[in-house]
Amino acid sequence: MSTAIQSISLSGKKKEVSKKEMTFLERLYLIAIIKGLIITIKHLFRKKITVQYPEQVRQFSPVYRGRHMLKRDEQGRENCTACGLCALSCPAEAITMKAAERKKGEEHLYREEKYAEIYEINMLRCIFCGLCEEACPKDAIYLTISKELVPANYDREDFIFGKDKLVMPLEMAIKNAQLKNAN
Amino acid sequence: MKVTIDGQSVEVEPGTTILQAARMIGGESVPPAMCYYSKLKGSGGKCRCCLVEVSKGSDADPRPMPKLVASCVTGCMDGMEVNSKNSERVTEARKSVTEFLLINHPLDCPICDQAGECDLQNLSFKHGKSETRYIEEKRTFEPEDIGPNIQLHMNRCILCQRCVQVADQLTDNRVHGVMDRGDHANISTCISKAIDNEFSGNMIDVCPVGALTDKTFRFKSRVWFNKPYNAHRDCDKCCGKVTVWMFGNEIQRVTGRKDEYHEVEEFICNSCRFDHKKVEDWVIEGPRKFEKDSVINQNNYTRDMKKVVIETEEQILLGRAQDRKKISMSEIDYNEKIDGNLINDKDNG
Repeated sequence: MSTAIQSISLSGKKKEVSKKEMTFLERLYLIAIIKGLIITIKHLFRKKITVQYPEQVRQFSPVYRGRHMLKRDEQGRENCTACGLCALSCPAEAITMKAAERKKGEEHLYREEKYAEIYEINMLRCIFCGLCEEACPKDAIYLTISKELVPANYDREDFIFGKDKLVMPLEMAIKNAQLKNAN
Repeated sequence: MKVTIDGQSVEVEPGTTILQAARMIGGESVPPAMCYYSKLKGSGGKCRCCLVEVSKGSDADPRPMPKLVASCVTGCMDGMEVNSKNSERVTEARKSVTEFLLINHPLDCPICDQAGECDLQNLSFKHGKSETRYIEEKRTFEPEDIGPNIQLHMNRCILCQRCVQVADQLTDNRVHGVMDRGDHANISTCISKAIDNEFSGNMIDVCPVGALTDKTFRFKSRVWFNKPYNAHRDCDKCCGKVTVWMFGNEIQRVTGRKDEYHEVEEFICNSCRFDHKKVEDWVIEGPRKFEKDSVINQNNYTRDMKKVVIETEEQILLGRAQDRKKISMSEIDYNEKIDGNLINDKDNG
């Protein structure tokens, strides 16, 4: 007689369920309860995997990616030229931008001939994968180590971050330049 | 006449150049061309990108040509054998040519409006190095205004002279050309005279790099965020057949229809190109086809995927019926009988 197809286990993990009646000891469930309690008690003496959050903080990974920042160079000019590669590489399609031409007298504001007039990241869509940072040819966009990713808010519009929230503050650029000169 | 390019033979008319013969074959063995433009008379022979190796001159004279030849200006001979992709020498030469073309190129692709449909970008992607060996200062020119519709970036120019030929052959009054010599050579209008001929806009289409770009499209959008559509309108000056590049419902740019070698099928007039940017002006025929690897195709997963049909015996792909049943429980037919009993019968275990 050939073996029934259901009893063949190709992976070796298949368990057959039987419908046999339980014995008296099994029907008492005492052994099963004690077995379960042993597992519970064992866990009481294990090392705890939670931390007391505000007092204790977990260590961040060295490749942690926080909130985005559009960098300025040492002279305080914006690096971004609105080339669109970050928007192209973004798998969540979170980035939109609009380019504009640099006018005469704005050379201290923007590094290149073209700059991003509007640069928006939809933080509800962003998955913090860092592909925009990788695609950027001008070293403009960076994912910082800021611990706060996106502050909570009531309106959806407030999660679309414009240039006012993304561009590096001027003081920071000046400080960076001073630090670099000091070294 | 019979010509063999990379081992593939093709019958050509006398007077055909090697490049044209290669384009008749198509595929990988077509040499890149930066200055040759099939619609312009006398173009070619300047950029040296299309160098090929002639391993057999002709049936009458089977000696190989000692030097690599520019395929766009070399005529075919009967029985000629040419190596393009197959030759190490050609690959090396194209690498060097690319490096030379890029010496004075500013490499400002993030700013350039041509990025994404630039021949020089494609060439350096295929044949270029990832770093530069050039340490001297690049040659630069003062920015020059050549009219309200066309933007000239002399720094990006590779002096292919296609635009000069457009001005010569399509317009009646050429007002620009190559000025100065050698390293100082540049494209310029003699006394900053505006180029305002009705067909002058075609210089934008023929320019292989971003030296001549559309001022009405300047910095509006990147090429790959636009959707190209074929469109036409009744125009008394030109054929009126164009490609419109749309962003949503807005026509951002109008160009000629370009084929796979980035040459326009028919030249269009300036009023079609610069003045008609309303959707009502055009009859839109449908979306344009573009190359599979084109940057326009990026982030687009909406294409229908065709099911691949492998022509072989059914058994090879699917396996025996009984094995399939073992692996996939869903395929079990519970009415099937084994040894006369139903499959889930008690006697079968």
